[in-house]
Amino acid sequence: MTSLRAAPAAILGIAAVAAIPLMVHVAFPASEKYYLHLLIQILLWSFIYTGWSLMGRFGLTSFGHGAFTGIGAYVTVLLWNFAGLPPWIGIPVGVVAATMVAVVVGYPCFRLRITGHYFALLTLALTEFVRLCIVGLRDYTGGSLGTQPKRYGDGVSLLALQFEPERVLAYYIAFALWLFGLYIWWRVDRSMDRYALDAASQDEDAAASVGIDVTREKLKITALSSAMCALGGAMFAQYQMYIGPDTIAGLAVSLNIVFAVIAGGLYVMLGPTVGAVFTQLLAESLRVAIQGSATLRDLLGSSALALDQAIYGLLLVLFIIYMPKGILGTAVDWWQRLSRPRQPGIGVAGAANAGAVKAGKG
Amino acid sequence: MDCQLDIFFLEALLNGVLLAGLLALLALGLNLIFGVIDVVWICYAELVMVGMYGINYAYKGGAPFLLAALFGIVLVALAGAILHYLVIRPVLDTPPINQLLVTGGVLFLLQAAATMAFGIEFKNLGIRLGSLNVADMSFSWARIWAFAIALAGALGLWLFLKKTYLGTAIRAIAQDRDIIALMGVDSRRLYLVTSAIGGGLAGLAAALMVLQYDIYPQIGLQFGPLIFMICVLGGLGNMIGGFVAAFIISQFIAVGSSCFHTEWGYAVAFLFFMVAIFIRPQGLFGTKS
Repeated sequence: MTSLRAAPAAILGIAAVAAIPLMVHVAFPASEKYYLHLLIQILLWSFIYTGWSLMGRFGLTSFGHGAFTGIGAYVTVLLWNFAGLPPWIGIPVGVVAATMVAVVVGYPCFRLRITGHYFALLTLALTEFVRLCIVGLRDYTGGSLGTQPKRYGDGVSLLALQFEPERVLAYYIAFALWLFGLYIWWRVDRSMDRYALDAASQDEDAAASVGIDVTREKLKITALSSAMCALGGAMFAQYQMYIGPDTIAGLAVSLNIVFAVIAGGLYVMLGPTVGAVFTQLLAESLRVAIQGSATLRDLLGSSALALDQAIYGLLLVLFIIYMPKGILGTAVDWWQRLSRPRQPGIGVAGAANAGAVKAGKG
Repeated sequence: MDCQLDIFFLEALLNGVLLAGLLALLALGLNLIFGVIDVVWICYAELVMVGMYGINYAYKGGAPFLLAALFGIVLVALAGAILHYLVIRPVLDTPPINQLLVTGGVLFLLQAAATMAFGIEFKNLGIRLGSLNVADMSFSWARIWAFAIALAGALGLWLFLKKTYLGTAIRAIAQDRDIIALMGVDSRRLYLVTSAIGGGLAGLAAALMVLQYDIYPQIGLQFGPLIFMICVLGGLGNMIGGFVAAFIISQFIAVGSSCFHTEWGYAVAFLFFMVAIFIRPQGLFGTKS
């Protein structure tokens, strides 16, 4: 019912996002490439964040997703550089590899009921392990300096899945990926697995006692979530044409994923996307503001580079204390409180929460 | 690959033992805080970093090293108390993972603030203590001192917890945080004191680390994961377990680094950690609750 009501708004929203390149073309013809680059990054990260939120929303706070993005990216690029296998083969191999790692680590975790702090710290160790392996295999990976996929021809190729110079094309590839991520989120949200996982995250014993195979359910969502992050990491590598152990793998990426999602909103469909918009725009607008103002430049000097991180960290602390549902989650709550008197019991329509948890309960 | 049971291997082994002392001290503070307050400070290594910068500037400002070290300890102890008061206390009653995440925000903040305030270049106190040479083996005095003082610090904490009234109260609250309030103990004040002690231990570790390592804003990312791994391996909150785990992990690092490349020593240590947790989820010395 809710989804039917939301359908027109969702279509409108998708059409609007699809039309952004046109708007950018009209509004900022001079710096079109720059704005599209920003948008592509937002969409690619949104996909990765959405993948993480599939697990995060059920209390499985993983710091291991930096490992999965790293595996996806590195397997794809290394197969291309050293075995000549195009990403059309490399990406599936990378995704399967990451998923296998996730299952191998996840199974004993869930079987032994490693949760909460222990789960977070264990997955943190996985991230470090993968990062160290990447650095250690420096003959292939370039070590901590990172490496680049070999450019094919002029850098635009279907075979090599290289599209970086064609920004509009890259935008629609990232856009398709983002939609795919939202679709997966929506499917999970409507599935029985979601209720099983919700129950398991509240009380594992009670969930098991009503016949839920908790280990299996958790493993399913972990496999899905890690596969998405690996795919996102690989696509990020294909777009950036550069991979480094700290830009696409490692603890810094894991932390960024977790905190962007929390800032955006963990329990709503577009929360991770809002998180990506928020973090990217914060970093970018600060950079522009500092570059544009001589006073700020003099005041901050080279330390300006870290200003966005500092603000980001401070905001995260404030978010978790005062707004644990994130930007979008809180906004949805307000909206519902405002509209409830008029339409009791019916979820709010709107692209922003087409499949939101709250609306789903309506 | 040239891993032989020769004198260099023994040197690596002994250097591993020396490293273990420092790691054990780092783990001790985190374990104390977890055991008592039931939170994980994911920014613990960043507090150490703050202490290292504090000592660096105090020393370069003309203070003798011991005074600078004392300043570092007090500084981080204060930082620990402030962290608890401003950040942990508001989320104490929310899901435990929030407490871990909120300190993650502090991690970002401290790292970025340090970059802004002190720059990204490596800083060094420039104190050279020389090294002890025994039978072709060489051990830097900085490491030997770190080992000895770390052990003394651990012993000091143990005595404090066993022999003093405040220490007894802290142990009591670790055992049962609900009952303690009925005994007329102000748990809020105890948490604050514990946070300060945990911070003080981080400050002590910082004082030992400035003698061995260069200071830079990201140093926390190098040590943080190791410290967490040691705490979990020993059983979160179990201080003796943390001590033993520090010795195990540091052997992996020291021996692995001497036989292979540095990263592989660390990588194997992390792998060992994951496997060990799967075999004993409560940690090597944890008790099942």
